[in-house]
Amino acid sequence: MQSEIWVFAEQRQGELVEVGLELLGKALELAHPAGWKVASVLVGHASENALCEQLLSYGADEVIVVDHPLLGSYCSQSYARILGKLVRDYNPKVFLLGATAMGSDLGARLAARLRTGLSAHCIGLELSQEKKLLAVVPGWGGNVLARIYSPHTQPQMATVMPGVFDMPQEKEATGRIVPVDVDLNPEDVTYQILEVKREAGQEQALEKAEVIIAGGWGIGSREDWELVGDLASALHGMVGATRPPVDEGWAKENQMIGQSGRMIHPKLYIGIGISGEMHHMVGIQNADFIIAVNRDPEADIFKMCDLGIVGDFKEILPGLTKEIREKLQK
Amino acid sequence: MRIIVCLKPVPDPKHWSRLALDPKTGTLIREGIPNIINPLDRKALEAALQLREREGGEVITLSMAPPSAMPVLREGLAMGADLSIFLTDSAFAGSDALATSYIMGTAIRKLARYDLILCGDQTLDGSTSLVSAQIAEFLGIPNLMHVTAIEVQKSGVFHVRSQIERGSMLVEIKAPLVLSVAKEINEPRYITLMNILEGEKKEIRVWSSRDLSLSEPWVGLKGSPSQMADLFIREAKRKVEILQGDRSEMTKILADRLHRMGYC
Repeated sequence: MQSEIWVFAEQRQGELVEVGLELLGKALELAHPAGWKVASVLVGHASENALCEQLLSYGADEVIVVDHPLLGSYCSQSYARILGKLVRDYNPKVFLLGATAMGSDLGARLAARLRTGLSAHCIGLELSQEKKLLAVVPGWGGNVLARIYSPHTQPQMATVMPGVFDMPQEKEATGRIVPVDVDLNPEDVTYQILEVKREAGQEQALEKAEVIIAGGWGIGSREDWELVGDLASALHGMVGATRPPVDEGWAKENQMIGQSGRMIHPKLYIGIGISGEMHHMVGIQNADFIIAVNRDPEADIFKMCDLGIVGDFKEILPGLTKEIREKLQK
Repeated sequence: MRIIVCLKPVPDPKHWSRLALDPKTGTLIREGIPNIINPLDRKALEAALQLREREGGEVITLSMAPPSAMPVLREGLAMGADLSIFLTDSAFAGSDALATSYIMGTAIRKLARYDLILCGDQTLDGSTSLVSAQIAEFLGIPNLMHVTAIEVQKSGVFHVRSQIERGSMLVEIKAPLVLSVAKEINEPRYITLMNILEGEKKEIRVWSSRDLSLSEPWVGLKGSPSQMADLFIREAKRKVEILQGDRSEMTKILADRLHRMGYC
């Protein structure tokens, strides 16, 4: 085990979760100029061979594989136990996980077990001259971000929001697979998953959309919320939201974009009636082009967009949607 | 059943504009700002009270905060908790999630007997969502996050529904355990004047570091591995072209731009 950065390669039902690959790509970008190597850490049972090849093709220098019949189903206590032992045995300097349901839970336990610091829900990662991991998290209000680090403990840990980093390019595999044996008893698995329910009709995730039209508090009513949907359907895009429309019930929880929602990177983002509060704006920082429509010329979003239209969306959207449909028919 | 609910006093969002960061430590300066109970922690308490109504037992709240936060703990007692334990000590100041979890875990261990520890999934202020899982790790017991339903299956065995990406899972899990609840779990009860008066009669037990067998290097600012390196302003590398005019002109400009970009 030679790698200084370890990245948890989360899998769900035998498939790699994208954030593990996004993090692998970012870790490689940070590690190689510093003369470090990167390992993907794969934990599970029986589905590992194909996944190892995949991780190598995304550039992992090493794939650490922990295969055990008792690890087939996720349990925070057993996973933290075996990963804690591996980290103590091999002393990586950095350990990264996706800020998913599993990654957040596992990362928290693992950090407590190792008594090290973990920066949660990060939206950026840097490696300092002194090779300290600096994790970027949104600060309190305003346009301020904070860099968090753990200068005195190791490994330096972070969970990173899915969708913050791009997927790495596939290339010819040059890394190696390192299988590891672990001791685990049935009593180490402290809960049983009886059933997994997936909601239907949500397979197309906001994180993958190329065009997203998002609405905010300024939309004002459920009736007018439909204008957002109309524009989205004309542009073959998806509808996103800030927190208030979700709280009002105009939009669903899984449509929420931002620090406590989705991190998106569409080619085109249009924000309607959105003032531009930081916890939303961090979620759209990776959009290629940001258009904002807002009645208030002082709205913060006008400082952070590519094209801003000062005007009432109720007067602009219906005509715009019509014109787009007409252009598309030509 | 003995249930411990972690209640965090947090600065009232109505007064957030008055919050400032200590430039030295990167921790929040919250003196003089009124506290509320973190909203998701109220839901954790509501879940505990409902379980007590069904199963019997005792609900104890556990909070760690500066002394000025004490009045807000009455709210938990008014909602129906039997006892409030308040961990307060200048030695605790500056604790990050890890140090906080260690102190809370040590206090829970002092209570000796417990079946269920409930927390909220996240807090309004810190939002690291680390503490519930870290308390569980310190106590060596199982945990689940994002919980939307808790059923007692038989004595000491719970069936818990927990949200995961695009769905949920049903888990069988044994006591003692730690659960952190999602916002969907319930709507906390209203507090009546009568409840407030009843709450006044209940005990808030104050514990300082002297009451807990803590290892000194693991608490407070010194025991907190996470530090803030710096604060910075994001560069807005955007074109920031702002247009204003009448409705038909704006509509036309937007449609043309989207056309040139290839969207229509």
